[in-house]
Amino acid sequence: MSGPLTPSQTVGPFFGVGLPFDKGEQIVTLGSPGAIRIEGQVLDGKGAPVPDALLEIWQVGAGFGRSRTDPEGAFSFVAVKPSPTPAPDGRMQAPHLNVTVFARGLLRHLVTRLYFPDETEANGTDPVLNFVEPARRETLIAKSCGGVLHFDIRLQGERETVFFAI
Amino acid sequence: MNEDEREPPYLYPDYVGTRLRAPAKPLVTLPEGFHDFPAPLFPRTVAELDHDLTRQHAGEPIGERIIVSGRVLDSDGRPIRHTIVEVWQANAAGRYLDQDDQHPAPLDPNFTGAGRCLTDGEGRYRFITIKPGAYPWKNHRNAWRPAHIHFSLFGSEFRSRLVTQMYFPGDPLMPRDPILTSIPDQSGRERLVSQFDPETTVPEWALGYRWDIVLRGRAATPFEDES
Repeated sequence: MSGPLTPSQTVGPFFGVGLPFDKGEQIVTLGSPGAIRIEGQVLDGKGAPVPDALLEIWQVGAGFGRSRTDPEGAFSFVAVKPSPTPAPDGRMQAPHLNVTVFARGLLRHLVTRLYFPDETEANGTDPVLNFVEPARRETLIAKSCGGVLHFDIRLQGERETVFFAI
Repeated sequence: MNEDEREPPYLYPDYVGTRLRAPAKPLVTLPEGFHDFPAPLFPRTVAELDHDLTRQHAGEPIGERIIVSGRVLDSDGRPIRHTIVEVWQANAAGRYLDQDDQHPAPLDPNFTGAGRCLTDGEGRYRFITIKPGAYPWKNHRNAWRPAHIHFSLFGSEFRSRLVTQMYFPGDPLMPRDPILTSIPDQSGRERLVSQFDPETTVPEWALGYRWDIVLRGRAATPFEDES
């Protein structure tokens, strides 16, 4: 028996009752060794904040985090920088986090990656960053601001974040 | 038809919310394998009564009591065992327990509208709840969402992640709903509609609805492990 896949539908605006959970944004506990705070904003095609988005971070080997945006479209996570991992073709991938985006208005979720700004050398040889057209690579690299990593997600338009087909 | 044609597009202008949120640039397709990794350990626990949305408060919620059950399978028909299923829904009057829901219908002090469970060894899940009401939204004039329950599933790998909605058979609002009709083909839409099920209906107590969910299967990687 094989079945056709169940199609996706939007998470809608009212997922707050069901999906966010206490300390869900902490992939590692705040204050634990190597813990990094990640902050950002989700923006639409006019640059307006998206207050009803839900983000998930899948960190291979380390864990899972879930954070919803607030009325300003802002979200935060506490994570650790993972180790470099081999790509399917054997080349090494720079440390990165897998970020999944759900929102009202997204009929299917989106998948992107967060790379670390202090990994210039590893980022330079990363097979995924090199697969992306050079002008758009910077949308995948977080910015360091006063001990916090800043990572905005632009769903559409100028400086649109690179999203991957899965 | 490939699987992408069965899925809704990102931009579906009849659903107004997609217009400024759908990516305008094509998604980047990486060579095979870059998104093949297992689902994480989900950190949220599941308590014994989390599957019963009618027993979270002092009294019972108002509404038509129903049992929603089915199986979670991969595309080869294998059960997805011990995976978390999260659900959320409006109450019987069509109102969510959410401060942004301004529909002037009553809240029910005995209904939160969220539940979760783990599938069993055969991929089965089961929720007890009340049938959600339809509710208006501002997408277009006189727009009403058909009754639905939101589902969130992980499956066994990153690529099997699914958030979707389950509908009820015979709902006249379905053909007018741009969220459901964003799915290009009728058979795809029908896969989101549950079936009334006399077998799981409990006499003198609750109507049963059955709905099976098929997630993208595991990729055939050298690390694949049946256990």
